[in-house]
Amino acid sequence: MDLNYGPQYEDFKKEVQSFCNEYKDLRFVDSSQSPLASDGKGKHGPEFTRANWQKLLIERGYFARSVPKEYGGYGGDPDIIKSRIIATEFSKAKVPSGMGGQGIDMLVPTLLELGTEEQKQKYIMPTLHGEMIWCQGYSEPNAGSDLASLQTKGELIDDEWVINGQKIWTSTAQYAQMMFCLVRTEPDAPKHGGISYLLIPMDTPGIEIRPLVDMTLKAGFNEVFFTDVKVPATNIVGNRGEGWAVANATLSHERGSLADPNATMNRINMLIDLMKEESIDGKKLIDIPVYRDKLMALQGKVVAFQSHSLRTLSSKINPGQDVKLGKMIQKLVGTELRHELEGFAIDIMGEIGTLYEQSPLLRDGGSWQFIYMYFLGLIIGGGTSQIQKNIISERGLGMPREPKVKDN
Amino acid sequence: MYFGLSEDQEFFQENIKKFLDDNASVDVIRKIATDHPEHQKDIQEGLVSLGINSLLVPEEYGGLGLNILFAAAVSQALGSGIAPSAFIGSYVMAPIAILNGGSEDQKKLYLPDMASGKISFAVGFSEFIGARENCEIIFKDGKLNGRSIFVLDSRDASHIMVADKDGKIYIASMNSEGLTKNHLTTVDKTRSFSEVIFNEVEVELLEKSKDTLNAIQKSIDAGRVALAADTVGAAQEMINKAVEYSKERKQFGRVIGSFQAVKHMCAEMTADLEPCYAMVWHAAHCIDEDEEDSRFMSCHSKAHTSEVGKVIAKKATEVHGGMGFTDLLGLHYWFKRIGVNRQLLGAPEIVREEAAKIQKLI
Repeated sequence: MDLNYGPQYEDFKKEVQSFCNEYKDLRFVDSSQSPLASDGKGKHGPEFTRANWQKLLIERGYFARSVPKEYGGYGGDPDIIKSRIIATEFSKAKVPSGMGGQGIDMLVPTLLELGTEEQKQKYIMPTLHGEMIWCQGYSEPNAGSDLASLQTKGELIDDEWVINGQKIWTSTAQYAQMMFCLVRTEPDAPKHGGISYLLIPMDTPGIEIRPLVDMTLKAGFNEVFFTDVKVPATNIVGNRGEGWAVANATLSHERGSLADPNATMNRINMLIDLMKEESIDGKKLIDIPVYRDKLMALQGKVVAFQSHSLRTLSSKINPGQDVKLGKMIQKLVGTELRHELEGFAIDIMGEIGTLYEQSPLLRDGGSWQFIYMYFLGLIIGGGTSQIQKNIISERGLGMPREPKVKDN
Repeated sequence: MYFGLSEDQEFFQENIKKFLDDNASVDVIRKIATDHPEHQKDIQEGLVSLGINSLLVPEEYGGLGLNILFAAAVSQALGSGIAPSAFIGSYVMAPIAILNGGSEDQKKLYLPDMASGKISFAVGFSEFIGARENCEIIFKDGKLNGRSIFVLDSRDASHIMVADKDGKIYIASMNSEGLTKNHLTTVDKTRSFSEVIFNEVEVELLEKSKDTLNAIQKSIDAGRVALAADTVGAAQEMINKAVEYSKERKQFGRVIGSFQAVKHMCAEMTADLEPCYAMVWHAAHCIDEDEEDSRFMSCHSKAHTSEVGKVIAKKATEVHGGMGFTDLLGLHYWFKRIGVNRQLLGAPEIVREEAAKIQKLI
């Protein structure tokens, strides 16, 4: 056991801390605070546009750190410890990290791994700079947990893919310039072998976007319909029929990012502050033993999850350390824990916990209700908790799969 | 940076597991639990020959000079094999108490004999953590009076160490005049507990426990982490047994492990337990490094693993169906071990309240 990152990292940590200190009160002039971000109350720091902030982060190596310079990244060696230090310090100081989104979190790593040189040149830099927003076209009405049964059809006619079908749960489709999309191009191949990974400009004729409002009434999903949508034959990542493998490369990127232990630790600290401020009949919530005990039980879970993330981090930098099961449980544990934490905050506020949007008497910008619901979405999205349990039991514990039901 | 057990620690665990596999089968444990508790002694002697008694004794006093993380790793292995032996009281809490509370003379007097296996301590700190009715330790004019209950590892111990409500620690020989030891029967027969009544017993005070809580607190922290590790080991073994059983047992023409209802129970147990490893190791490491967080971490480890252990003990038993409920399989020995760990040195609510106090939330 050695929790020291070493002297070279101590310097790096100090550098990040001083950067965070300099910009801890920054304000964005071109977008409202996301309800997922910290409350941002009373901040009067330096002003930035989102895009300029992003560029500064890349320049300093705090974002797109290991993406080569020629594609618009910082061009550093991949260094998991440095990435971890950046994430931890930004989170501690509540300084916004770089823009996320499916283009940056999922498409860029996929292109770096499997894209052609031309694709890398064309797409990565504008994506990193926030100039090209992507949406993900995976799920369909009849292909959710059983994603590989997707039916949106792509035919190669005269050097163009002609796409017909429907996608659902497409977040940010209304803003996106591009979609990375799974399409069935080999109808005669077996289920997993008939899919290709295509890149589709969203302004192509034949695409229709219909908003799909979710329970938070804030985060927007969409349905996307394709009628004879034509894109060049070269807009494919990987070979024909290899889309499933390409998509799995990105799904693992997504799952890892859904449940950040630092964010969870920040939220439990906010919860403690809330319990010190709020009261019932003149008694602070923190002084009510039933609430305090539940708080401590939750804190125990958060502490365990945070220690656990150190162990999985360690396995990434120490080859040979086997934490296979430990990694498989992260999405399940992280999302369920966060949902539980946010829900507990609502409970202890009683009726006040139900307030939402711009209501008078609202606490913490309504973030407890919003994140409580939002995380129910994350529990379901990216492989539901039940699918996670199948993965843990089958791939982790070697338990047999359900016997196959004959396809109709 | 490396977060995990070292090769040495894992090797030691393997040795213990192998010894227990060979010498402490469920049949042997059943024998100990029913009519031959004296067999416990044979297993304990075997484990002592592997060195469990001298882990935490510094090399200058003839021990192995290892740390709490090492002891936690060992505790995990002992828990997985539900070792019918003294450990957490005699060989974790006692040496830590003497190291932190004893004068140099006292260390020289007790630690080498502990490391050589000549003496061992039973430990009764319940009266410091939270005294129940009619339990009190009173020291006056060199004599001890009162009663300590749930004295840990008491069956074969040559000495006893008890604490009063102020955290002062007293040592006496188990054969002292005026000392009465009454065996307590708990659901867990793999370890021994007693009430000890003191009537004008001549005792020795651990010098440095007179004016600081450091000795008792460190000893309890280490004990809690070791209990948490024992629970993690025992719970992992219950999951392993449940998964294994589910791959063999057939109903409705298929192995029950192919039903999602069963698979999801096993996945949930795994998801609950997996973070506990890191938490317990982290807590042990904090004590070793004397970090500010060490009490906070040991309280949370004790409480959280107790909650996780309780759920796993139930679910793993349920996966076994009716067989899980029988003595034939002996799964209940693990169930009971986990159940008793939960109550010792502060049940979850007590320990969580302590965690709140440490953060000054009370």
